[in-house]
Amino acid sequence: MPDTRMKQVVFHLRRYEPGKDREPHWEQYKIDSPPGMTVLDGLWKVKELFAPTLAWRSSCRMGICGSCGMLINGRPRLACNTQISELQSDVVAVGPLPNFGIIKDLVPDLHPMFEAHRELMPYLIREDLQEQDSPTGEYWQTPHELERYLQFSYCIKCGCCMAACPTMATDPQYSGPMPLGQAHRYNSDTRDGGFAKRRELLEGGRGPWRCHFAGECSQVCPKGVDPAKAIQMMKQDLVFDLLKLRVRKPAARLVDKPCGKRREDIPAAPPRTVTG
Amino acid sequence: MESHAHPNRLGIRGWVGGGRWGFERYLYTLHRITGLGLLTYFLLHIFVTSARVFGKGAWETAMSAVSGPAFKAGEYLVFAAFAFHAVNGVRLALIELGFAVGRPIEPIYPYATSVGRQRPLAIAVMLIAGVLAVWGGYNFFFMD
Ligand code: SF4
Ligand code: SF4
Ligand code: FES
Repeated sequence: MPDTRMKQVVFHLRRYEPGKDREPHWEQYKIDSPPGMTVLDGLWKVKELFAPTLAWRSSCRMGICGSCGMLINGRPRLACNTQISELQSDVVAVGPLPNFGIIKDLVPDLHPMFEAHRELMPYLIREDLQEQDSPTGEYWQTPHELERYLQFSYCIKCGCCMAACPTMATDPQYSGPMPLGQAHRYNSDTRDGGFAKRRELLEGGRGPWRCHFAGECSQVCPKGVDPAKAIQMMKQDLVFDLLKLRVRKPAARLVDKPCGKRREDIPAAPPRTVTG
Repeated sequence: MESHAHPNRLGIRGWVGGGRWGFERYLYTLHRITGLGLLTYFLLHIFVTSARVFGKGAWETAMSAVSGPAFKAGEYLVFAAFAFHAVNGVRLALIELGFAVGRPIEPIYPYATSVGRQRPLAIAVMLIAGVLAVWGGYNFFFMD
């Protein structure tokens, strides 16, 4: 039987007002929590009843947009995707994602993450620049080839992995699991020809060699993207490439355009079953 | 690139603070600590044994300065750190070459991760490190 009782929970919120507070501090708010209430719903309630200036980011309320990553009871999670009941505690402690600067209250500055992401060229790179900028059609890809990167393409750029990563905690140079995972997502896409360009960017302190598989990024990822796996596979590619063991294939070619003629062997549609 | 917002990087706390999700984080932290410990030992070792260039007397003084029971226990800790660092290093080398983490899969909730996939390897490695540490301890303290 699901628990249908209303209960009271105390939200401990990390507050920080730039220009006013020197350091972030905790504030507490007690609210009623009906079953099914998410942490994001709770934040709205607190804002409505007690703290009108409370700031955070959210948009879709369904784990799609990646805006609402927060540190909830010590673990980076999506506020909209976390029910208060699943925390199994009467205290809900919410802070901004660590390893990012704090803009205000629960709003992290994700700019460095997106900058690292942009630098690693997260898009299909084609030899023909004209084709890259203005694609003229689809490229060949088998379902099997799609599976080599599909898991990594589910990333919603929420930054939870970056907040959990111990390397990120001490190394501001490191690009982090999200940008590296996404670089591998494109490196392993058969339509992409950008491996050599990205390889140069992946050298040194910002590349994957600073990762030593603490695995936290994958444990906290709310979309099952498993960036730790992507990073280790990226390392394998880089080593195999160095040893000349990596199979180098040209990027998949364009699918032939329809020639305007109907194929003759297509069977006719079955007769209508509904009239009118 | 550093942010201009209020700093909130966890620092060393982030190596241990996350906790309670997977024990690989602790292996990560222990690997770093044992690595730094072994490096410190190595430098001290070079420093102490270099006394030999100043003659037999200097060598014997240096050796007697590092021969108490505390140093013996310290040496054992170095051995235990070495045992852990070596076998965990083999695990990391395998994983960082892309082995033992599995291939990309369809993420279906509850998600299976590469961390779970390599967990048997991590457990095996810890058992081997444990056996080596016990065997080394027996050797150090009971077989003189
Ligand atoms: S890999 Fe996962 S945790 Fe990291 S940004 Fe993408 S969806 Fe978020
Ligand atoms: S696996 Fe690598 S990227 Fe992921 S949390 Fe660990 S060190 Fe960071
Ligand atoms: S509000 Fe969009 S992911 Fe939570």
